[in-house]
Amino acid sequence: MRAEAKLGLILLLTPLLLWLTLLILIPHIDMALVSLRERVGVGEYRFSFANYWTFLSEPLYLRTFLRTAVMSILATVLTLLIGFPVAYYIAKMARGRMRSALFLLCLVPFWVSELVRTFGWMILLRETGLISNLLQYLGLVDGPVEMLYNDAAIMVGLIYTSMLFMVVPLVTTLETLPDEVIEAGYDLGGNGASVLREIIIPHATPGIVSGCIVVFMLSLGNYLTPIMLGGKDSLWFTELIYSQFIVRFNWELGAAFGFLLLGLSSAIVWGMLKLTGQSLEKTMG
Amino acid sequence: MIPSIPQPRFLIAAYTAYVVVFFLFLALPLVVVAAFAFNDSQFPSLPWRGFTWNWFFGAERPQIGVFHERPILRAIGTSAFVAVCVSVLSVAVGLSNAFLFNRYRFRGQGFLYVLMLLPLVVPGIVLGISILVFSSRVANGLWDAAQWDFEALRPGLTLVILGQFSFIATIATLVIGARLQKFDRTLEEAALNLGATRLTAVRTVTLPFLMPALIGAFVVAFLMSFENFNTTLMLVGSDAPLTIAMFDRLKEGSTPLLNAVSLLLMLGSSLLALVMIAFQKRG
Repeated sequence: MRAEAKLGLILLLTPLLLWLTLLILIPHIDMALVSLRERVGVGEYRFSFANYWTFLSEPLYLRTFLRTAVMSILATVLTLLIGFPVAYYIAKMARGRMRSALFLLCLVPFWVSELVRTFGWMILLRETGLISNLLQYLGLVDGPVEMLYNDAAIMVGLIYTSMLFMVVPLVTTLETLPDEVIEAGYDLGGNGASVLREIIIPHATPGIVSGCIVVFMLSLGNYLTPIMLGGKDSLWFTELIYSQFIVRFNWELGAAFGFLLLGLSSAIVWGMLKLTGQSLEKTMG
Repeated sequence: MIPSIPQPRFLIAAYTAYVVVFFLFLALPLVVVAAFAFNDSQFPSLPWRGFTWNWFFGAERPQIGVFHERPILRAIGTSAFVAVCVSVLSVAVGLSNAFLFNRYRFRGQGFLYVLMLLPLVVPGIVLGISILVFSSRVANGLWDAAQWDFEALRPGLTLVILGQFSFIATIATLVIGARLQKFDRTLEEAALNLGATRLTAVRTVTLPFLMPALIGAFVVAFLMSFENFNTTLMLVGSDAPLTIAMFDRLKEGSTPLLNAVSLLLMLGSSLLALVMIAFQKRG
C-alpha cells in the first residue's frame, strides 16, 4: 500500500513538474539570461547590463513604461468604481431569477473574443461611427468627430475588456455577506456611508483584491486595445516588446523589456496582497 | 442599501437606472458588431444601405461571404484544432493536478501550489516571449549539436499550443480541484469495501462525479484558447489562427465580412456556454 501510494504520487507529480519547469520556470530563467547579455559580434555575446541601461537612458522607453503603468492603475481604479455598484446590485438588491440573469449577462463579453469587442468600439467611436453620427443628428456638433485614436478611447476599451474580471469576484464575495449584518449596521445607528465603509467594503476586500489584480494584469499586458484604439502617440509597453522581438529582431532588448513588464506586474500584485493582508492562494485559488 | 431597509424612492430609481445604463454599455459594442454584419455596403459603418446576407453567403466580389472566404475558413479550422489540443491537454493535466493537491500531502506542496497559480499573474505576452526564447535556444542547440532541425520548436502551431496550455492548465486545475474538494470520500471507500480496486473506484465513482467540472473545464479552456491573442501573437508561425488572421485584416481596414465572422463567433460561444450550463445543472 505504501509503495502504491508513492507510485501514485510520482505519476501525478510528473505532469505538474514537466509543465511548470519546461514551460514556466526554465523559459523565464532563460529570458532573464538573454536580457543580461550583449551582442559583441556574430554569434558572440557577453554578460552585461547594457539592455537595462538602454531602457533607462532612452526617454521614449522609460516614458512608455511609466505611462503604461499609470494608465493601467487608472483603468483598474475606474473599473472598480464602475463595477462595484453593479456587483452590489446583483448580489444584494436583485432577487432570484433576476440575479442569475444579470450575473450571466455580465459574463457575456467573456464569451466573445477581445478582438470582436475592440472592433465594436472602433465602429462606435470612429469618425464615421455611430456616436459621431448621433451627435451630428442631434445637432450637438457640426461635422464628424473623431473619438478614436486617443487615450480616452484606450481607457474605454480597457475598462470594457476587464469589467467582468472585476464584477465576478465582487459578486461572489458580496453574496456571502448576510443581509442581517447590514441591517444590524443600520440598527446600531449607521448610515449608508458608514455601513459601506465599515461593513461592506471590509467584507468585500478579498474580492476587491483579486478583481484588481486580474484587471491590472490584463491592462498592463494588453496589446490589442492600445494598438487598435490608441493613436500614434499612445504607445503601450507591450508594443515595444513586440517590435523588438518581431520587427527589429533585437531579442536581448526585447527580453529585458519583458522582464521589466513582469517585474512591474509582480511588484504591484505583491504590494496589493501585502497591503491588504491577502495571499495569492486565497485570492486566486 | 438592501431591499429590507427603506430608502428614498428616487435613490432606488437612480441606482436601478445606473445598472441599466451599465448593461447597455456592456451590450452596445456587441450589438453594433452584429448589426453591421448585415449592412449592404463595403464598410461596417453608417449610412445603412439595406439588409443583405451577402457577408455570409455571397460568392462574388466585392461581397464575398464568410462561407466562401477560404483564408478565414482555414483560420477557423486552425483555431479549432489548436483549441481542441489545448483543452485535452489542460483537462488531463488539470485532473492529475487536482488529485495531487487533494489526495496527497507532501513536502513542498504549498510552494508547488503557489507556483502552479503563477501563470495567471504573468502577462500573456511575457509567457509568449519566454517560451519563444527558450524553444529557439533548444532548437539552435539541437542544430549545432546534431545538425537536426526540429521544426516543432520554431514558431508555429506546436508552440502556440504549448504557450496557451501553459496558463490554461492552471484554470483547468482550479475548476476541477474545486469540484473534487466537494467530493465525499466515503463514497469511494464504500466502493473499496464492496471489493473494487482503487482504480475501479476512481473510474466508476469519482470520475462520474467530476464530469460536470471536466466538461466545464474543457469548454472554458476551448474558449480561452480560441480567443487568445497575446501569447499566440508571439508564437505564431505561417498558419494563423482566427484571432491573428482577423487582426491582420482589421489593420488593413475592415469590411462587414469581419462583422459576419464576429457574429458567428458570438453564436458559437453562446452555444458552447449553453451546453456547459446544461451539463452543470444536471451534475
